[in-house]
Amino acid sequence: MISRRNLVSALVCLPLTASVGCSKPDGAGPGPSGSSGGTAPAQAGTVSLVGAGATFPYPLYSKWISEYNKANPGVQINYQSIGSGGGIRQISAGTVDFGASDAPMTADEVQKAPTKLHHVPTTLGAVVITYNVPELGAPLKLSADAVSGVYLGTIKKWNDPKIAEGNPGAKLPDKDIAVVYRSDGSGTTAVFTDYLAKVSTEYKDKVGAGKSVKWPVGLGAKGNEGVTGQVKTTPFTIGYVELAYAKQNKLPIAQLRNKAGQFVEPTAQTITAAAAGVEVGDDLTASLTDPAGEKAYPISSFTYLLVYEDAKDKTKGQALAKFLWWALHDGQKHAAELDYAPLPDALITKTEARIRSLRSGNDKLLPGG
Amino acid sequence: MALLGAEVNAGDVLFRGVAALFAITIVLVLGAMAIQMWVAARPSIAHSGWRFIVGRDWDPVRDSFGALPFIYGTLVSSLLALGIAVPISLGVAVFLTELAPPWLRSPVSFLVELLAAVPSVIYGLWGIFALAPFLRNHLEPFLGKTLGFLPLFQGPHQGFGMLAGGIILAIMITPTISSVSREVLRAVPDSLREGALALGSTRWEALRHTILPYARSGIVGAIILGLGRALGETMAITMVIGNRTDISVSLFAPGYTMASVIANEFTEATGDVYLGALAEIGLLLFAVTLILNVVARLLVWRVGRAPEGARG
Repeated sequence: MISRRNLVSALVCLPLTASVGCSKPDGAGPGPSGSSGGTAPAQAGTVSLVGAGATFPYPLYSKWISEYNKANPGVQINYQSIGSGGGIRQISAGTVDFGASDAPMTADEVQKAPTKLHHVPTTLGAVVITYNVPELGAPLKLSADAVSGVYLGTIKKWNDPKIAEGNPGAKLPDKDIAVVYRSDGSGTTAVFTDYLAKVSTEYKDKVGAGKSVKWPVGLGAKGNEGVTGQVKTTPFTIGYVELAYAKQNKLPIAQLRNKAGQFVEPTAQTITAAAAGVEVGDDLTASLTDPAGEKAYPISSFTYLLVYEDAKDKTKGQALAKFLWWALHDGQKHAAELDYAPLPDALITKTEARIRSLRSGNDKLLPGG
Repeated sequence: MALLGAEVNAGDVLFRGVAALFAITIVLVLGAMAIQMWVAARPSIAHSGWRFIVGRDWDPVRDSFGALPFIYGTLVSSLLALGIAVPISLGVAVFLTELAPPWLRSPVSFLVELLAAVPSVIYGLWGIFALAPFLRNHLEPFLGKTLGFLPLFQGPHQGFGMLAGGIILAIMITPTISSVSREVLRAVPDSLREGALALGSTRWEALRHTILPYARSGIVGAIILGLGRALGETMAITMVIGNRTDISVSLFAPGYTMASVIANEFTEATGDVYLGALAEIGLLLFAVTLILNVVARLLVWRVGRAPEGARG
């Protein structure tokens, strides 16, 4: 009896003490350094934004959110990286304040959404070819024909003339190429297949572009880490992963021949160069694969945030617009640190106009918009 | 007395109500899940019809969905896992209850149960970095050389494939089967053991003719539990099975399972038919699990009755 009573009292006390403990540090939070605006934000002015979507830009977004929160403690942003498809579904259903997607919404999806949504390009990423050929000293150089041939299964050996042609003097082994692809639906696959469909009509007709496709050859591995694991442990494999992931894991990265005929290494400069040479449409979306440009890396893409044109909640809408503005300017310098590439200047000007056009009812969200 | 009786009854009624509520909750949750999946799957059922179950082509780009490779991969990998795990698990259980010296029992059973606590993503990573290279460099060449005349062991040695998937699953379900079997064997009355031994049985005969028949239905239950885990396992197997929608006899070839394709493609799937196809696979997995359970139970019921008469 006694023990039971003790248990009950313990159970009752637990939430009480917890809530007391929780309510305390609220006041003593941010520390002495004032916010950028000069006036300290009021307690009641805390705005919390919820977003969901793409996993690919997640490292950059979480960096942005923590940096932005340091400067503006009144804004709490919670981003859930549940995948682009989920991001589009959630913003269409109105359950989040903003969505995120690597691939732009399709015309069908835009039409089905109950309210008008806008794309806001935030950063640039690239897909790179990684490989495991123990004999090879210098970085592998591949033409578009070679890449599409390998992923179509028409190029079977590492010493195929189409591969040898780009690598004069390299010792290419007479071994079968083991092809690895992403088995999980991903923006990475969407960008890579978009590239393959542009450079090879045979690929376009046989396979097509998408987040999950029916690959003619190879083994499927789950996620960037799965592809990396298979490539690292299996000699004579080839695979594709995100640039940021390949860089951070120090994987060998192939140079690709672009439309202008130059072999290009993926760097922040070559990726931004790819975006600079592309005409961006009114909806601020564009495919960046196989661009013109001498210095342009051929497999890169934008990633987008999805926002409502007409925000239901004005306070939230204003906070989001300010965050977008910040990401577009101050945020860009964090991109290269994390192996993403900053947006080209011309696009930033266009995107500024789009953010200024966001509204809540009849009120613009940004002053001077 | 009357007061006391009323009190006991009230408690009984309450207890009965609460227990019934819990039991009904399970049924409701199961029903709600099935209905939800059915509703989500309707666009795909309308789109593909029966072709969904017998079709071999899975091409989201062209909205062509056939689930046969996934059904095949799920069944083959799970049965392969059972084939490996059941003898090992029974050996462990018999050793621990009947043969091992008492001081060895708890540490060994503790270690076996520890296997069940390892997260499946860890098994998957181990599969990528240790098991697959081992299979590619050692086991698959060996099997190809010795048993290569069988179509099961032909083709290139890639490491990743159905064999790797089956082995990973076998390791994962061994603790389930062995610990439940151990409890079942422990529940066999000592009088039976002593009786068999007193009649002049050897250890093996007592085990074979007295203890195992007594424990049979419990052991089959343990195997069904393990099978359930194998059918539903997602993360570890998708990391090693190769994820190709092919049906090939060779265990060296890559395959795909139903749970894996849902986990792989659901987050990025768009379009009603595509999402519906993934939901329909969920529904099929539900059905396959149900059918296998019923078949196993029927098997126990039939097999369990025959020797009882023979023994008597």
